[in-house]
Amino acid sequence: MSATIQPEILLKLEDLLVRRGGVTVLDISRLEVFQGQVLSLIGPNGAGKSTLMLTLAGLLKPSRGAIFFQGERIADGGFAYRRHIAMVFQEPLLFDATVFENVATGLKIRGMSRGDIVRAVPGYLERFGIGHLAKRSARKLSGGEAQRTSLARAFVTKPEIVFLDEPFSALDPPTREALTNDLERILRETHTTAIASTHDQTEALRLADRIAVVIGGKIAQIGPVAEVMNRPADEFVASFVGVETVLPGRVVRVSAGAFAAAVAGGREVEAVGQVEPGDAVLCCVRPEQVTLSPNPTPPGSSARNVFAGTIRQITPLGLFQRIRVDCGFELVAYVTRQSLEELGLTEGKPVSASFKATAVHVIRRKEPLPL
Amino acid sequence: MDLIIEGVKQALYLLFTLDREVIGITLLSLQISGTATLISLFIGITAGTLVALTRFPGRQLVVSLINTGMGLPPVVVGLFVTIFLWRNGPFGFLEILYTPAAIILAQAVIATPIVTGITLAAIQHLPANLRLQILALGATRAQMIWILVKEARLPLLAAVMAGFGGVISEVGASIMVGGNIKGYSRVLTTATVMETGRGNFDIAIALSVILMLLAFCINAILTQIQQRERPR
Amino acid sequence: MKGFAKEGLLAAFLAAAIVLATAAPSLSAPAQKNIILATTTSTQDSGLLDVLIPAFEKKTGYFVKTISVGSGQAMAMGQKGEADVLLVHSPTAEKKFMAEGFGLDRLLVMHNDFIVLGAAADPAAIKAAKTTPEAFKKIAAAGALFLSRGDNSGTHSKEKGIWQAAGISPAGQKWYQETGLGMGQTLNVANEKSGYTLADRGTYLALKKNLSLSILKEGDPILLNIYHVIGVNPGKWPKVNAEGAKAFSAFMVSAEVQAIIKTFGLDKYGSPLFFPDAGKKEDALGK
Repeated sequence: MSATIQPEILLKLEDLLVRRGGVTVLDISRLEVFQGQVLSLIGPNGAGKSTLMLTLAGLLKPSRGAIFFQGERIADGGFAYRRHIAMVFQEPLLFDATVFENVATGLKIRGMSRGDIVRAVPGYLERFGIGHLAKRSARKLSGGEAQRTSLARAFVTKPEIVFLDEPFSALDPPTREALTNDLERILRETHTTAIASTHDQTEALRLADRIAVVIGGKIAQIGPVAEVMNRPADEFVASFVGVETVLPGRVVRVSAGAFAAAVAGGREVEAVGQVEPGDAVLCCVRPEQVTLSPNPTPPGSSARNVFAGTIRQITPLGLFQRIRVDCGFELVAYVTRQSLEELGLTEGKPVSASFKATAVHVIRRKEPLPL
Repeated sequence: MDLIIEGVKQALYLLFTLDREVIGITLLSLQISGTATLISLFIGITAGTLVALTRFPGRQLVVSLINTGMGLPPVVVGLFVTIFLWRNGPFGFLEILYTPAAIILAQAVIATPIVTGITLAAIQHLPANLRLQILALGATRAQMIWILVKEARLPLLAAVMAGFGGVISEVGASIMVGGNIKGYSRVLTTATVMETGRGNFDIAIALSVILMLLAFCINAILTQIQQRERPR
Repeated sequence: MKGFAKEGLLAAFLAAAIVLATAAPSLSAPAQKNIILATTTSTQDSGLLDVLIPAFEKKTGYFVKTISVGSGQAMAMGQKGEADVLLVHSPTAEKKFMAEGFGLDRLLVMHNDFIVLGAAADPAAIKAAKTTPEAFKKIAAAGALFLSRGDNSGTHSKEKGIWQAAGISPAGQKWYQETGLGMGQTLNVANEKSGYTLADRGTYLALKKNLSLSILKEGDPILLNIYHVIGVNPGKWPKVNAEGAKAFSAFMVSAEVQAIIKTFGLDKYGSPLFFPDAGKKEDALGK
């Protein structure tokens, strides 16, 4: 981990317990949200992501626990707090009015004068690409347009923290892609702190600074993106996140559809994708795509990525053995027990790890993560 | 057949010559039923919203009672309002039996459950997260309720029309508590009954035509608004 | 802007609500000026009260709430103190009402007569009968349809008296139907079903133009229909407006009103609907 200045804590949750009809829905002892960062909540459906989100937004009274905003405990009802936040749900939840009036709602609620509203709203309509729809009835919008309106309505109040509860999961992939791009840009421009829940890891990987994995009403793991992806705390997290190697990188060379990205440890990973030199990327490698060999340079391999490294840890994982290799960056591989014995792999032993350029899943990010 | 044709002719004559008695009865009906509807809207929208937005023990029973109340027979209301308003009854001191105020009261009792029931259904029919969305926009509880009611305005309009349509065409309670007093508590329906009894079918038909015109206008306005507002 | 037009509409609604709500109380007149007159449907359906009540109100400043019901219900209202003055035509019941102390005074106002109506074909051949009870016997014997008011009104109680005189108890018979409606409505039913019925002449004359029924029996002393005005006894119910009742009773027997009664309906029906009787003895009527 690079030594960065620890950002300020904006929102903090302590000793949270939410029970519904005698069943514990959420049980979280501690959660912190840092100023200016995006925290992604990922986890399977029904894990409690939405409940956690609503509780953090002060919209749901927990059975026990306290939430602190800027160091101050949120009072019951949380009215004052709610004036500092905004929320976007999976459904756009627009009012039966024009797009303009929808976006203006939060400002009207705050008693802003008509003149100020007329000055404030158009900028946000433009930002979310719905300026031309200002006078359209919200009932006549496409799914994407409606969710853009909902986002504009949230951001126009200049919230200090935005809650995004699976905001794009009801949209078709191209629309989702376009909206994720815009949201990413606006989050960066406005330095708004955000909590976004999703069950789509790609979305989380693109937006998040940190990831919290919520499983069964508990936070199974929380930390920086690469850490959670590369070092799942347990089997559940691993099986949920799937990708175990996530390498933040920067594109250094591009040639005919393929490119090389500089990653941690002074290494370069080759991958396939439409990128420009200097782009920030995440290179994701699934553990079963990684081949290990006891020879420092494996003969006859077509793999473009070959890294010498040392086995750090071997853990049994069902049919497979999960092997952490330190190659200057950390790489996770799965091998069968049989292969493990045939290759004579043990902890501390030097190996070469290889994977094909096409096996790298590339995620472009607007904002680079520390290598 | 002659009777009907003559009746309709006479009815049109009374209408187009703005017969003072017929116009007076019509205006009084509108005033009484309009006031009763407004009272029922005030109570019904408040109560309906409250029941829709809160959870309390016995709520299911309250909802059942409201739904039953939507079909309250006017004569039953008329009977009980009469008994309560008798000079020597529990509310005799009000001295409003056989006054327009008594009709307003009875009609409000009839219309309030209708408005409450429709409001309840309308608010409950809104998306579950809409309340949370409004609160997340920084709304106070009062602002939230106001926005919800505004969102439900189309079904609430239906509540207005259902309430008004129900009371203006109601006769049982009006005649019992109002007494059908000429120029005072005689409304379209009670006058129609009386004129039929007197054999003045022409006036009875004229009054019926007005009643039907009112019903038609109400529905026309309602349909117009709903068609304009509901492109979905 | 569209959204604001809608809000304007809502505001207008509320404003209207306030205006109407504040206007509503002014609809009720001052209490002590109110008189509740409980009367029979026949006086209202004949249109007589539409002439007399405005004249009384103009003269005295009282406001009369005319509740038009059957004589039976009118007297029930008097018994409960829910009416101040009664104008009724059910002498037997009235005497009982007075004897029990519910009435303060009872004055003879007017009379007309009952008539027995039926289809011109007269299937029970009652026209040949000498007396009305005899005619009723014939109806019963023929099993011909008879429509009764069945509402304890003055007409109904007169009808029951005639059945009694005929020695027949018609209740429950297949040919005997009770409408439970006012006189006008019952006449319409009898007309539609071509049945026999008993009606007061005033209502019949008022409705005659719509009826194909014929007068089959009239002029019998038993068919006399006598109207009295009764002031309700405030001793029983202190809230009763005795003064107003007294004023109304006095008005009904005044020479002026008696003159109106004498000619009421003459121009429209060719014969008067009622005969003024103020000051006469009840027993002397019809002789």
